[in-house]
Amino acid sequence: MKDAATRDAYGQALVELGADDPRIVVLDAGVSDSSRSKKFGDKYPDRFFNMGIAEADMVCTAAGLATTGKIPFATGFACFLLGRTMDQVLVSVAYSNTNVKLVGTHTGLAVGEDGPSAQMIVDIAYMRAMPNMIVVQPADWEETVQATRALIDYEGPAYFRLGRPKVKAIFDSSYKFEIGKGRVVKKGSDLVIFATGIMVQESLKAMEMLEKENINVTLVNISTLKPIDRELITEMAASHKAVITAEDHNYIGGLGDAVGEVLLDAQISKSFKRVAVRDQFAETGTGPELFEKYGLSANHIAQTVRDSL
Amino acid sequence: MSESQLTIPDIAELEKLALELRRLALKIIFQAGSGHPGGSFSATDLMTALFFGGILNYDSNNPKDPKRDRFLLSKGHASAIYYSVLAKAGYISEPDLDSYRKINSGRFLSGHAHPKTPGVEIASGSLGQGLSVAHGIALGTKLNGYGSKVYVILGDGELQEGQIWEAAMSADKFKSNNLIAIVDYNKVAQDNITKDLKDLEPLEDKWNAFNWDVHRIDGHNMEAIMKVLQLPLHPEKPRVIIADTIKGKGVSFMEGKTAWHGVAPSAEDYEKALKELQ
Repeated sequence: MKDAATRDAYGQALVELGADDPRIVVLDAGVSDSSRSKKFGDKYPDRFFNMGIAEADMVCTAAGLATTGKIPFATGFACFLLGRTMDQVLVSVAYSNTNVKLVGTHTGLAVGEDGPSAQMIVDIAYMRAMPNMIVVQPADWEETVQATRALIDYEGPAYFRLGRPKVKAIFDSSYKFEIGKGRVVKKGSDLVIFATGIMVQESLKAMEMLEKENINVTLVNISTLKPIDRELITEMAASHKAVITAEDHNYIGGLGDAVGEVLLDAQISKSFKRVAVRDQFAETGTGPELFEKYGLSANHIAQTVRDSL
Repeated sequence: MSESQLTIPDIAELEKLALELRRLALKIIFQAGSGHPGGSFSATDLMTALFFGGILNYDSNNPKDPKRDRFLLSKGHASAIYYSVLAKAGYISEPDLDSYRKINSGRFLSGHAHPKTPGVEIASGSLGQGLSVAHGIALGTKLNGYGSKVYVILGDGELQEGQIWEAAMSADKFKSNNLIAIVDYNKVAQDNITKDLKDLEPLEDKWNAFNWDVHRIDGHNMEAIMKVLQLPLHPEKPRVIIADTIKGKGVSFMEGKTAWHGVAPSAEDYEKALKELQ
């Protein structure tokens, strides 16, 4: 357990897992210091390829490496890693079904001051729409370490969504991450929140406020956005009065839509609200300032809960 | 790879085979009612030399052999000749070719190749990706201790894609001398002649500036093709072979014609073409 950014946990996990597994290779697009893939590069320079600021080349090079039995982690800022490479990801990774792990760091409004061109809010939508692709976003250190290991064991294309800011430890080593499984973080009764990534921490903050008002909320961590845990979502939605989703992503195509699809398929009709970016570009400012102004903060989650009851 | 020079009868055999492969490719395009004859014929002699001139080390009975040399067709629209070559090399059968571009194709013989077809390494169809993929394979096979050679045929039109030049810089950076790119320089793209669409010249200077080992040949002279393909690898530079070719090579009314980029021949044109390909 450790309070740290998920990108830090990823860098550390790569170093540890890389020691015994020569299949692991890491590529970066010239941001390895920030993405933390540099840690792997420093330790295993022969298996580290810094491709420079050339994401398209990096993704396809990773695909080529995968065809030789390697497990490439192609790492970069999510905005450019995916924004510049939808075609490369579609043809050389997803359609070719190569065992490439795309690791996007610096996601969402949490990125902060670098502004909207650096705040990736459409990546979950991009990747969920891609056949053969799975999408994983861990919430804290422990989950990131375990998910990195799980992605090595999983054969196939994957998108791993990581964040820039430090997040609080949520899980201890007794937690067992499994691709495709959500996890009840806290059991309440009034309403259920499905949250992903940094919004798990934000939801916990909101729940602390609400407890003072005697509102007890259930929180479910959805770290695999695709394939999503239909069973758990159906069960939790059916057993609560209202449903809220929380994500640092545009409200189109992300967790909210994914949960909504499950509810529609299961013919579950409940109060349903999405805490997400409202289909707009934000601005510069610190992550917490942007969360407050653009509706993602604990205050907003708490108010959404009150409005739902 | 055979280091010895091929004798003239061997060259004649390869030329004969190239004609047969052109006939096969045209037949499957005709049967499918669609496809890309022009770019298939410009690449035919190069692919014939690679697969049947003793250049590529492969075993079609063991298509995933980790020691194999690799071949990638980055200009994926030339799939008719690719599948014809794969059939001749034993990866698929000639009857398999009848399902080219047809639904429920048993060997997944899509308009652009996919690794579900034995012998195909990666999907194609979006131009500009193949050089990066080939480079990734070149890096991987070196890490695995094999250092297999990786050949990739690029279209000239696709050199207009920026990613090609990203990959060119990368292969130089990593000194990937087991990467061999062949530019099928047929001077004609879908819309226009390449020169007018967006000129590539001075092309040799461009590759030289990217620090590649640059060769230029007549891409329809089998002796010249074999000679350049038999060169030992450069000690550190990746290699590019700029092959001057003719779009639609072998069929007089197709040669150099933009119109024959992506259409199947009529029954009449098919018969006429077959006569020329004897």
